[in-house]
Amino acid sequence: MASNYNAKEEDGHQPAAIGHGGAGTVKNKKPDNTAFKQQRLPAWQPILTAGTVLPAFFVIGLIFIPIGIGLFVTSNNIKELEVTLTNYSVWLAIFHPCYNCSQSYSWNSTKPCTCSVPFSLDQPFESNVFMYYGLSNFYQNHRRYVKSRDDSQLNGDKASLKSPSKECEPYRTSDEKPIAPCGAIANSLFNDTLELYYIDPNGSRTAIPLVKKGIAWWTDKHVKFRNPGGNDNLTVVFQGTSKPVNWRKSVYELDPSDPDNNGFINEDFIVWMRTAALPTFRKLYRIIHKKPNMTPTLPLGRYILEVTYNYPVRSFEGRKRMILSTISWMGGKNPFLGIAYITVGSVCFFLGIVLLIIHHKYGNRNHSADIRS
Amino acid sequence: MYSLERPVQGQSSCPKDRLGRKRRTVVSSLTEDEELTEILKSYSSNKVTTTKYSFLSFIPKNLFEQLHRFANIYFIFLAALNFVPVVNAFQPEISIIPILLVLAVTAVKDLWEDYRKHKSDKFINGLVCEIYSRKRQMYVDQRWQDVHVGDFVRLSCNEIIPADMLLLYSSDPHGVCYIETANLDGETNLKQRQVVRDLPRQGSELTPENFHSRIECENPNNDLSRFRGFMEYPSKARVGLHNNNLLLRSCTIRNTETVIGIVVYAGHETKAMKNNNGPRYKRSKLERRLNVDVLWSVVLLVIMCLTAAIGHGLWLRNLKDTSFLIPDTTSPALSGFYLFWTMIIVLQVLIPISLYVSIEIVKLCQIFFIQNDVDFYNEYMDSRIQCRALNITEDLGQIQYVFSDKTGTLTENKMVFRRCTIAGVEYPHEENARRLEVYKEDEAMGCSHTLKSRASAKSLSCKSLSCNRSSVSLHTLTGHSEGEESPSPTLPQHSAFSSPMEKDIVPDPFLVQKLNCLSSPLFLLRDASMELTYIVDFFMALAICNTVVVSSPNQPRHVVPGLRGILVSRTPLKSLEDIKMLFQPEEGEHGSWKGEEDKMLHLNPGAWSVLENSNGGEGPPSEPGADELIYEAESPDEAALVHAARAYRCTLQGRSLERLLVELPGMGSLAVRLLHILPFDSTRKRMSVVVRHPLTNQVVVYTKGADSVIMDLAESPKGAEQSDGRQGHIREQTQKHLDNYAREGLRTLCIAKKVQTSTEYDIWLKRHAFAETSIENREELLLESAQRLETNLTLLGATGIVDRLQEEVPETIEALQRAGVKVWVLTGDKQETAINIACACKLLRTTDQLLTANCDSKVNACKALLLELRTEVERGEAAEGTSGFTLVVDGHTLDFALQEDLKGDFLELSRRCRAVVCCRSTPLQKSHVVQLVRDQLRVMTLAIGDGANDVSMIQVADVGIGISGQEGMQAVMSSDFAISRFKHLRKLLLVHGHWCYTRLANMILYFFYKNVMYVNLLFWYQFFCGFSGSVMTNSWVLIFFNLLFTSAPPLLYGILDKDVSADTLIKLPELYKSGQNSKAYLPSTFWLTMLDALYQSLVCFFIPYFAYAGSDADMLSFGSPINASALLIILLHQVIESRTLTWLHVLVLVGSALFYFSFTLVFSVVCVTCSPPTNPLGVDKLQMSQPLFYGVCALTTVLALLPRFLFHALRNSISPSDTLKAALMDQLNPDNYCRRMQHWNQTQAQSKARGLIINVEDLDIKIPDFILPKELKECRAATGSVLS
Repeated sequence: MASNYNAKEEDGHQPAAIGHGGAGTVKNKKPDNTAFKQQRLPAWQPILTAGTVLPAFFVIGLIFIPIGIGLFVTSNNIKELEVTLTNYSVWLAIFHPCYNCSQSYSWNSTKPCTCSVPFSLDQPFESNVFMYYGLSNFYQNHRRYVKSRDDSQLNGDKASLKSPSKECEPYRTSDEKPIAPCGAIANSLFNDTLELYYIDPNGSRTAIPLVKKGIAWWTDKHVKFRNPGGNDNLTVVFQGTSKPVNWRKSVYELDPSDPDNNGFINEDFIVWMRTAALPTFRKLYRIIHKKPNMTPTLPLGRYILEVTYNYPVRSFEGRKRMILSTISWMGGKNPFLGIAYITVGSVCFFLGIVLLIIHHKYGNRNHSADIRS
Repeated sequence: MYSLERPVQGQSSCPKDRLGRKRRTVVSSLTEDEELTEILKSYSSNKVTTTKYSFLSFIPKNLFEQLHRFANIYFIFLAALNFVPVVNAFQPEISIIPILLVLAVTAVKDLWEDYRKHKSDKFINGLVCEIYSRKRQMYVDQRWQDVHVGDFVRLSCNEIIPADMLLLYSSDPHGVCYIETANLDGETNLKQRQVVRDLPRQGSELTPENFHSRIECENPNNDLSRFRGFMEYPSKARVGLHNNNLLLRSCTIRNTETVIGIVVYAGHETKAMKNNNGPRYKRSKLERRLNVDVLWSVVLLVIMCLTAAIGHGLWLRNLKDTSFLIPDTTSPALSGFYLFWTMIIVLQVLIPISLYVSIEIVKLCQIFFIQNDVDFYNEYMDSRIQCRALNITEDLGQIQYVFSDKTGTLTENKMVFRRCTIAGVEYPHEENARRLEVYKEDEAMGCSHTLKSRASAKSLSCKSLSCNRSSVSLHTLTGHSEGEESPSPTLPQHSAFSSPMEKDIVPDPFLVQKLNCLSSPLFLLRDASMELTYIVDFFMALAICNTVVVSSPNQPRHVVPGLRGILVSRTPLKSLEDIKMLFQPEEGEHGSWKGEEDKMLHLNPGAWSVLENSNGGEGPPSEPGADELIYEAESPDEAALVHAARAYRCTLQGRSLERLLVELPGMGSLAVRLLHILPFDSTRKRMSVVVRHPLTNQVVVYTKGADSVIMDLAESPKGAEQSDGRQGHIREQTQKHLDNYAREGLRTLCIAKKVQTSTEYDIWLKRHAFAETSIENREELLLESAQRLETNLTLLGATGIVDRLQEEVPETIEALQRAGVKVWVLTGDKQETAINIACACKLLRTTDQLLTANCDSKVNACKALLLELRTEVERGEAAEGTSGFTLVVDGHTLDFALQEDLKGDFLELSRRCRAVVCCRSTPLQKSHVVQLVRDQLRVMTLAIGDGANDVSMIQVADVGIGISGQEGMQAVMSSDFAISRFKHLRKLLLVHGHWCYTRLANMILYFFYKNVMYVNLLFWYQFFCGFSGSVMTNSWVLIFFNLLFTSAPPLLYGILDKDVSADTLIKLPELYKSGQNSKAYLPSTFWLTMLDALYQSLVCFFIPYFAYAGSDADMLSFGSPINASALLIILLHQVIESRTLTWLHVLVLVGSALFYFSFTLVFSVVCVTCSPPTNPLGVDKLQMSQPLFYGVCALTTVLALLPRFLFHALRNSISPSDTLKAALMDQLNPDNYCRRMQHWNQTQAQSKARGLIINVEDLDIKIPDFILPKELKECRAATGSVLS
């Protein structure tokens, strides 16, 4: 803003005048003749015409279609199995092994309800198999729900442990003791227990080892979530706090088998605390590691899923599932991306051809006009 | 001259003094009286502060001011809303970031502006002047800010007046002093000021101690031309005070050694400061359009929020067990209501508030570029374009009507003597013509030099020619810096109408030879001397028949030494009797002049030098000063003629009220007694002076005036039998020459004289005295009296004066017309001149049909005339052959046409004409015309003018342009843009206007697009989170997305984008039409953009949605690819939209993207517990390590941009716009470019021909060619019939 502001407007005096007392030092007001100031910077002028964009369309088509095919194949190679644990919509639900549990169970129930769901695999699952639980119609992304947590408390801040953030209301205190971990998210922690058995052709059940370590993000486990007081005795640390109202066990008793997996750094807990993006989601529950020998991780055959049904989903008309899946370099099974790539690629290719025709029709005309003139 | 007729505003704003008095009393500050001292103290001091803020008050005051803006209120409202717990969407501290940023940017801008003002204030307050000090009994140096009302200030020549003061003493014996008001109104001619009348003489200088008078005057006001009051002497005698007693602040004392004055107004109460109003604020058309669309955005926002609110209510009602999920128990309806406000916060970005700040920044940068355009640099005046209005740059690109003044705007207003005819003999002044050519050429070279930026020898010579001039203009601007020094001879005083071009007239050698006879011993060839009388009389008339003020820079102008001891005795060779004989009209022997001329040619070839020698030898006292004489004329014609006379050694050396001092060749200085001046008026169209001839002692009347008038008056020579033949011959010849001159486009003036016998004169004098003294119809009587005198004139000859068109005016006008701009010329000149100029500048073409509307009588007649003209136009339109119509309206008719019931007809008629010329129009009429067209036709208007009479028109128009030329700065002061030449208008509109408009329009559209696109992502998410106002992005990233990550590219886009190169834009004015029709920003474009934004946001949301549906992705992991692809889409969208990409674009685009990615990455690593509930720890780091992320981003980006990409490609191939065709041409190599350009012009011509408008020849771009004699000839021929 080199100024509209000339001293003449002010009072009729030119401040710049101090400079030239003598006639020799006359300052020239001529603007600099530079490319920038004269707006003559060398520039690339992309003009989009059928002729110029043609290659782009073909190139996109040529790139996208192979990628799409690759993605599609990859996605198809992923093996996935879904076992419904509740189902309201189908009338057959009544025959579902967990029907009773799902109907009767509520947060107030004291006695756990168990059910076992049989299923079978048509093909063996190789490499690592990931076991998820899935919930539907569960709005973990609701604003009030998402907010209802205290990150400092979860990060091991002792002050926050004793007086959690107001955002946790009404799951902030119970019986005048602060809740640890506070808030609605923690309160609604998924607490079913799933166990998987392989039924040998001879009828005997083999428990499949489910690994619960490594299901949470590394950063969450080691940075974001920390127990207050480090490695002190958790019972002491959490003294004076109350467990969330829906919980059966205190936070420091979540995993009796592994003392390092208790408190805020319990991996199941951490996974739950990472609120899902969409109302239908799955969360990683266990990992079934690949066996060292050549046998598949999960051979084909019959299985039984033993469910300790603690988590009622009826209240929000939710559905509960168990998913077994292998994963690839681009995540879980999802054919959408591959199909989308192929579609977009083909559309581009098609448009490229259309443009080619247009270019022949109009581009030539323009061109000939040039020559004629 | 309208020098002091500026609109009086704000006068009523302070009718009373602070103390409630209606008048101000001023006494000497040396007074002992307590009470009076108190009064003096109550007046404001001379310290000026134009700054808005002080150090302490800046923050509160600036905040307060900014909060006045609606946009900022909106921001604050949002920020406050965020502090309400039930609706808060983000952390409160995040939500105040936008408002803080916007406020900070504006505050910094304000601070910077204020600082500059502060600096200039400080400089001005620190200037030094001499004030009388009581303690030391003498004048001491004081700073300006210490000057108070009642102080005595002594000023010397060339000092600037520090405050408004009453002139009490002048070193001039007549008690006058001269001031130059250039700083105030830009007028460079000196104005005379008078010491207060009847002031007791106190010896040599005024002694402040003895000053006991009391001054009563009106309260400070802004009327420069009025000052009323009286001074009461101790003797209780009162003397009236007038404007010509007042020295105004910031004027400069000239030609007077010392003046002393008493300060009556100081500081902000001075008239100069009261007249000082800041830059103008106008709202541009684009901005008005923008505001409509902002309102649409608001509507959109409300709709979206309502949708969410209702959705949330319904969702909540369907939810059975709320407590499990949502930890509160508010009813669905109330929750919905709260949610409405939450959504307003979440979607706030939809209202492009930062757009206003961005537009301001972009406009500032656009102005920076306009001001730095080398093509607007004028080497003569060393001036650039001045942009005084900051916010209407884009209006330049939408102008539909241009209203132009004529003199000084289209023409140079530099009247140059070109040739003359004396006693029927033409002196063609070939040399002079060649000289003018040289100036022209130099100018042309100079301009081509700037255009092509290549140094050439020609332009260097041009510089050296102009250096005198430029130093001169510097001098006027910086006069005060030389206050202490004696005026240096290298800086001759600048005055109006005296550029070297006007002054250095090359005499015709033939005429010079004839004149030499005067001083040669052979001069008594009878017939030759007969002719010589005519010649001498002719130049005498040129020299004295005017109102020119003579001055020399070193001396006070009226004290020309010659006047005191008059010196007829100095006549060199001849006795008085000889010369008397010379001037006796000879009878009879007019015989063959030809032969005499031949004889003359063989006369002493060195006669001229003899003349010089004789002068140099015998008239030494007058000679040295002669070269430095400066003529200050009211009109440029006068100056031109005086300079012409001077070139023939017939020099006007001095003027007082009663005497004129003239130097004649061979006779030295003569004092001529001036008896009367009968000033010019438009009815008589002539002026006369009545003098007593110094040699013959006869009363002689010299008259000059319009040819038509003088020729008539000279018709019947008194002694028909004696001089019939010669006079008849002269008249015949002169008329022939006059016609020639007119054909050449020269302004012609006839010179005549009349010798009065003393009895005749006495009779006339009596009646004239009666007329002068009469009170009733004095004007009429004076007119009559003048007419009585100006009869039976003897025609001496005629002059031809060039008022050259400014360079490239025809080209500019033609370009504007091709650009679809209608050009109207509004001038105060007479019809013939106006038409003449209109022809010369190609406003009127040979094929045009000229319609003249002159009606003096009645409204009805006028209406009938207008209707008749309209039917004629309609007929003409139907018939083939005529190219267009040009309407010429005179002031009288205009008066009728502007009336309520006729203006419709007038507009309808003028709308159909290609050009309109309004002649004889008053300033007020000019502004009425502009207003009428602007309001009734709803078009964008531009007014351009150079003089005070154009001020009102400039102010009324949407865009006002001032030409800083010869007539002062008033037009400039009231304009939005000030240029120095008319031709600059071409580039200003066609290039800068076009650019500014397209850039800004595109940027605004892009802003809307960007906001809608991004905000809709959040909106779509609401459908998947129970309409709860959740966002899937970290709130910092969300806020910064608009503020930081994507704000710089559109700014750069708005500043630097260039759809077509400047060259092409100038060559193809048709491209301007896209801006005129608001092509770049139509409502349909807006909605298309919105639709595209909607589509893109859908793609950008749903591709990730389907890619992540049912997976274990958490909210932020889901948001991460959405955000990243949104960024890519938004940036690449701009690449598609940009017409040029420079390294700056690449830098900013890549920088923005890198900034985003590095910010999110770093944030996702560092931020452990920050920004709940959207803590980003680990999210982006993890996401960016996954191929899926990139897969999603790539697909989303491509799919989102596909339609626009395709749309552009298809449109550009199938039906390319003109702009695009031009842009394509830019890319061709020079050869093809030229061919295409020709082809374009041909097709344009053809299409126009089809549209029944133009002839093809006009469409070629011609090489500059200024006077255009050929065109003029044709034009004359074409219009002649209509005129007669």
